[in-house]
Amino acid sequence: MARKEYAFYPGCSSQKGASASNYLTSVESMCKTLDIKITEIPDWNCCGASISYAEAGELPRHVMNARNFALAEQHLPGQEIVATCAACWLGARESKERLEHNSVLMADTQEALKEAGLSIKAIPEIKHMVEVLIEDLGYEELAKPVKKPLADMKFAGYVGCQTNRPFGIHGESFENPVYLDKLIETVGGEAVPYDQKVTCCGGALAFSEPDKAQAQIKDIIESAYDNGAEMIVTPCPLCQANVEVYQGQINKKYGTKFNMPVLYYSQLMTIAYGGTAKEAGLDGNVIRARKLEEFASK
Amino acid sequence: MSDLNQQMAVRYKNNFLKEIEEQAEMGNWVKMCMQCGVCSGSCPTNFHPGWEHPPQEIFMMIRAGKRDEVLNSQSMWMCTSCYNCYVRCPRKLPITHIMHGIAEYAYRLGRAPKMQPTLHLSKAFWNNCTKNGRVNEVKLTQSLYFKDGLMAGIKMGLAMKDVALGLVKAKRLNIMEALGGGHKCKDVNGIHKMLAKARELEAKRKGRQPA
Repeated sequence: MARKEYAFYPGCSSQKGASASNYLTSVESMCKTLDIKITEIPDWNCCGASISYAEAGELPRHVMNARNFALAEQHLPGQEIVATCAACWLGARESKERLEHNSVLMADTQEALKEAGLSIKAIPEIKHMVEVLIEDLGYEELAKPVKKPLADMKFAGYVGCQTNRPFGIHGESFENPVYLDKLIETVGGEAVPYDQKVTCCGGALAFSEPDKAQAQIKDIIESAYDNGAEMIVTPCPLCQANVEVYQGQINKKYGTKFNMPVLYYSQLMTIAYGGTAKEAGLDGNVIRARKLEEFASK
Repeated sequence: MSDLNQQMAVRYKNNFLKEIEEQAEMGNWVKMCMQCGVCSGSCPTNFHPGWEHPPQEIFMMIRAGKRDEVLNSQSMWMCTSCYNCYVRCPRKLPITHIMHGIAEYAYRLGRAPKMQPTLHLSKAFWNNCTKNGRVNEVKLTQSLYFKDGLMAGIKMGLAMKDVALGLVKAKRLNIMEALGGGHKCKDVNGIHKMLAKARELEAKRKGRQPA
């Protein structure tokens, strides 16, 4: 039996062929090394993300999350839910909090769930994968399997918004969370000082208002360069995509020469644990992290 | 003007604060605002054009009964859901959710700005993810590019070509999803029934006649 077991909520972006599929690849490799068993919640559905607020309304949004709670309870009793996506985690935690504090919303939710043949008894705890690593295992445990410390590599730890606010990681400050820097150091990398670590990438507005979002993304990348980082690291799939894939457009618009890889913490950990570039999903990066790929093959 | 807009304007007469408190999600927090402005100083979109009224101004306008100005405003639609205002508010107002709630209410009343791109995205995203229970990223992107018509869509597609190709090459964009494939839940039927019930219950709780 694995030392920890969780009901896994991968979310839409982590599915095969989706925009964060390489996140999933690296999380699976990392969990294997750490002896964490993650079992997908059967037939899980989308959380609606923050951007659904206008069309969804209140109850339908909570009901979507509640369906996942009910499925987890039914099929994986006693297991806490772990999400890798910041928006999934936030959406699910928000719904849990609202439903537990509002008996009217909870009663309505139960009535709606009945239509799908489901019900909730007690909503499981909902964690981000980072919480599992830091709180359930701890930095010391995370350091143990390191075979190849990422020496001489400089990373900007970009925490972003939704893994940091409004819930955040327990004990961390909203203005200057340090857990990501500590994770980087745990696997032997150097975390450079980084003043844009909690700046918003624009989130969903990268689609609807690209000019506004790209102005914010530019600041995030610029600061990483200014502080000597070679790569950016993040715990959020939307931060990752927004900061990585628009660099070409930003270069055209602002005359910059950005070409900085943007990675997930789980990719760093997989490589440091001796995994291959493929096991870390490095082939899924649009801007390839050549230095890390070469390091992995050595 | 929609029927719901008429219905609500008549029901609440000149008491717009009460209307927001009862109808908009988290609207009951509006009166707690003490006008310090930390929210607007914390907003990442504050520095771009289009920001007519920062949150504390919207909240005061609600108390002043400026119904048309608030409901027609672009301001709420600027929110990126970064939650900076939310965690910094000294009176602990859930500002992000209040702004979402007012935006949603304006949309329900048919008062949101026409062609508001983030409103369009919100509709597209929710309809996309609830259709099969999970997001189809290719169809979502298509519906965004082609919102202003065929030619605009083709132009946008060309402008975004390199971004898309990069993702396809990295196996993070599966163009087969455009052909009806893509990820879906098994119990799509149950999801649809559950959501229909949720919409019905929400309308009932807020005293709105079903559309």
